[in-house]
Amino acid sequence: MANSTAARTNPAAQPASMMSVIAPAVGWLIPGAGHIIQKRWIRGVLLLVSIGTLFVLGLMMQGHIYKANGGDILDILGFIGDLGAGGMYLATLAMNGGQGAIAFAIADYGTKFMIVAGLLNFIAVADAYHIAIGKKQ
Amino acid sequence: MTVQLTHFSAAFVFALFASIVFGITHRETTRDMLRYGLYCFVMFLGGALAAGWAMWLVRR
Repeated sequence: MANSTAARTNPAAQPASMMSVIAPAVGWLIPGAGHIIQKRWIRGVLLLVSIGTLFVLGLMMQGHIYKANGGDILDILGFIGDLGAGGMYLATLAMNGGQGAIAFAIADYGTKFMIVAGLLNFIAVADAYHIAIGKKQ
Repeated sequence: MTVQLTHFSAAFVFALFASIVFGITHRETTRDMLRYGLYCFVMFLGGALAAGWAMWLVRR
């Protein structure tokens, strides 16, 4: 009862629209696409370039990509970070890329670049959702 | 094809792109996005430089 009253009086509570589901999903698959389909062109392109460049640079620096695993906690966290990159992560796995040469410090940086790219994409996905529900312009 | 970045250039690239994403996602208006993005960039790179000099001092 109290909850239904709060939902009626809270102006931030918006009904779930199709866009609030599609934008985060598309944004996860292709970084920035969640913004682009909501006509935030410049933001979308900047997100695509930023996250995409970080991920590709990580690959080119011989970074290691984590696969689904149930082992060490850091490996699990690395997998969760990498998973955020969405389509780029899946494409890299499909092409058997990201077999990092962990002997080099720069390769370790590459691994971190790819994890951070995925984590930044999670933030971009949340932002696309907030735009879709009208919480942000 | 491989890329060999120096430590500084890796920090620079990381700070640049992370700041762009932070600016876009954490602020509402374009002006605030630019200001916050610039703030994050300076903090990322300044923090890395400060930590580097601190380690140099500790090593002496």
